[in-house]
Amino acid sequence: MKSLILHTATRLMIGVLVLFSLFLFFRGHDEPGGGFIGGLVGAGAFTLYAIAFGSEATRKVLRIHPITLIALGLLSLVVSGLIPMFFAEPFLTGKWLFIEWGAFDTKLSTPLLFDIGVYLCVVGFIVTVIFSLEEEG
Amino acid sequence: MNGLLVLPLAIPLITATLGLLFRKSSQLQRWIGVLGAVALLATAILLFRDVHKDGIQVLQLGNWAAPFGITLVADMLAMLMIGISAIMGLMIAVYSLYDIDKERERFGYYPLLHILIMGVNGSFLTGDIFNLYVWFEVMLIASFILLALGNSKNQLQGALKYVFINLFSSLVFLFGVALLYGMTGTLNMADLAVRLPEVENSGLVTTTAMIFMVAFGIKAAVFPLFFWLPASYHTPPVAISAIFGGLLTKVGVYALIRVFTLLFTGESADNDYLHTILLWVGGFTMVIGVLGAASHMEFRKILSFHIVSQIGYMIMGLAFNTAMGIMGAIFYVLHNILAKSNLFLISGIAQRLLGTFELKKMGGLYKHYPFLAVLFLISAFALAGFPPLSGFWAKLSLVKAGLSIEQYVITGVAILVGLLTLFSMTKIWLTAFWGPVPEKTPDHFGKMPLFGAGKLYILVIPVMVIAGLIILVGLNAQPLLELCMTAAEQLLDPSVYIEAVLGPQ
Repeated sequence: MKSLILHTATRLMIGVLVLFSLFLFFRGHDEPGGGFIGGLVGAGAFTLYAIAFGSEATRKVLRIHPITLIALGLLSLVVSGLIPMFFAEPFLTGKWLFIEWGAFDTKLSTPLLFDIGVYLCVVGFIVTVIFSLEEEG
Repeated sequence: MNGLLVLPLAIPLITATLGLLFRKSSQLQRWIGVLGAVALLATAILLFRDVHKDGIQVLQLGNWAAPFGITLVADMLAMLMIGISAIMGLMIAVYSLYDIDKERERFGYYPLLHILIMGVNGSFLTGDIFNLYVWFEVMLIASFILLALGNSKNQLQGALKYVFINLFSSLVFLFGVALLYGMTGTLNMADLAVRLPEVENSGLVTTTAMIFMVAFGIKAAVFPLFFWLPASYHTPPVAISAIFGGLLTKVGVYALIRVFTLLFTGESADNDYLHTILLWVGGFTMVIGVLGAASHMEFRKILSFHIVSQIGYMIMGLAFNTAMGIMGAIFYVLHNILAKSNLFLISGIAQRLLGTFELKKMGGLYKHYPFLAVLFLISAFALAGFPPLSGFWAKLSLVKAGLSIEQYVITGVAILVGLLTLFSMTKIWLTAFWGPVPEKTPDHFGKMPLFGAGKLYILVIPVMVIAGLIILVGLNAQPLLELCMTAAEQLLDPSVYIEAVLGPQ
């Protein structure tokens, strides 16, 4: 679609949308938010880009093929489930790692890895759908 | 707590994921597909040993205690089913190496196949009724795509019927789950088994049982809800037909066996009423299916109708509700997966050689490919129940079970249907194998050897292995019969299952 307003707005919006999606994603660690909704917003950013500049340009911006995103997402889901098994605990048990930096204490965990997987799957899936719709027509 | 229990789900998922990652390389895809199936078979054997030695194995996912989290439970029935699905998975993966074209591979045939197997395994292992619904969906979504992949007109026609009827059945299933949850406030199957007998309104429990019967009945393709199966199963490539015909309907049967032995027992619902209906359903399924097969002249359509007919036997065994009957039903499921899938695979080889599935245009296979004819004969006779093949013991135990509780009519019907099965198998034999060589055959007919150039052996070897298993089970039925008996006894005494999941009561 050739529209100056859309092009300009998209350039401004896309960064905000991606940041917002990451914000939602990390917020979901303890508060409402998370991988699914974050992924939806992230996919929204790329959808907007695809509407404004076409799917060819979006593929370049995305760099990774969306199906690869889905595969990586699934892989990180499985890995997050398998990690506790090395500690002789059941599949999907949450394992946590606390790192104290002083000012910023970091919590790393298998649920986080799981959520990253969800995020990637959602983005990959929606972008795949949008691309195939765009390219069919 | 047995951590290995998650592997029948994790291995297919990892395999599918790797397949997606390396989707560009057809060579890698194939290797990953076959190796994943081998790994699955290995874990199935390991787990089977655990269950055989130590009884029911349980895993609480995420370490959440039983009625709250999702539980995976492997009893003998689940393990037998997982074992057979792992064997079939491997055979189909090998068969697909030749049968599936590049185009389908490019669209992710192998990952989908493994996702399908994951869904099937999940349905067998889960101990949570809502989770069962989820696994059904996983299985269905993968099967939708596998069925429609390729986009030919009759494939889409078949797929459309399949999708609609199966979505409907999922909806009915969900209603049933909602009713159960409303009555008891739990979804864990062991917990449900404890609480359902305490529900005051036992009429509602019986109603819910009927809802489940409809939902699983559609998936298992029982009378009168079977019509979608013969309309769709003959459309996709043979490897897909074979795994659908062999495994998918049996998941419906498995679910029926599970809920009607664990949840809706004599203590919670009106058992006589339910089992009478099951008995009638089983009888009609047998008869209608076999008559449908007798009226068709297309190789795979005949086989599709026979799937329906054979499901009737399993339902009949369940309806008898005795240890002998349920043992017969389980044995029948296992035998049928082997024999039926093998017949589908053979139909694929015949089609490769003759270029068609229409019996009227086929012929001369016996003259040019006697070895293939022998393989067909083994599977067809097993299906019809000839001694000493696997089907004989399956039918024998069902007939014995029927006679011992004086169900003479339905037992008579079962024997008669066996004869009619033989009739339509003879029909295929007389035309495709013994019939004269048709006037128009593809150029390679008679020249392409089963072993050697042309690589047909990729198709023949899985068929040989399955035929070998059929003979093995036939000649040495006792160990498998004993395992099925263990499974049936576990099913008829739900307290063992409940104790394994929830701990001592």
